[in-house]
Amino acid sequence: MSIIYSFLFAGIICMIAEIILNFTKLTPGHVTSLFSVMGAVLSFLGIYKFFINKCNMGATVLISNFGNSLYESAFNGYLKSGIFGIFKGMFTNSSFVLSLTIILSFIFACFFKSKD
Amino acid sequence: MNKKDYKRLVDRYIKKPNYMHNIKVAFISGGLLGSICEIMYKLLIYLTPLSKVEASSLITFLMILITSFFTSIGIFDKFITKYRSGLIIPTTGFAHSVSSSLVDSKKEGLITGLGSNMFILAGSVVLYSTIAAFFLVIVKVIILCLV
Repeated sequence: MSIIYSFLFAGIICMIAEIILNFTKLTPGHVTSLFSVMGAVLSFLGIYKFFINKCNMGATVLISNFGNSLYESAFNGYLKSGIFGIFKGMFTNSSFVLSLTIILSFIFACFFKSKD
Repeated sequence: MNKKDYKRLVDRYIKKPNYMHNIKVAFISGGLLGSICEIMYKLLIYLTPLSKVEASSLITFLMILITSFFTSIGIFDKFITKYRSGLIIPTTGFAHSVSSSLVDSKKEGLITGLGSNMFILAGSVVLYSTIAAFFLVIVKVIILCLV
């Protein structure tokens, strides 16, 4: 059942992004920033947790999960070690994606050249 | 020829994009990507002794690996023009933007090329989501203190 849910959720999010891209002058950079901020807002309202429970990978694979995990880990950092814990814990969950992207893309960029 | 006539003439020759088709393709490709990840996640949990967190990390690892590999070869741009938002909105879009700016700026040297151009596209995502998360946490903390 969660497979169908994740198909619908990821599909609808991508469809909204495509509608924004087609009918306005915004670039993909605008849309991805907008969606990650939307993820943080949804997480603040407590909605994003519901989506992750319903369709686990379908919601975690999207860029809006980046904002969600930033918010969640910053709040957990606050609960753990006070007001400075916000800065300490902000990147705990999302550092996986960030460091992995940096390392892997650097390694591949060392081996390959652009064709143009 | 004045500007209006010229604009009309240009508009006649610009191909109008097929909006409905684009939206349909984005829905199906994004949904397929999400459901493939979900199927892999379920299979990993049932067949292997991995925990839930490890399984989802493994899938994210594979996605980023495949994306950055195909981007550095030069194939991934064709996928993006074909499937559009279905590949921009998932984590693949983030990895693609970092990887493509790295590969493109390789000629300009290690520091001024690779280092300074790394987050030229993905920087906005990191910046604005960090700012948003910070202020939302501050709001939440204020609410918690008041109640």
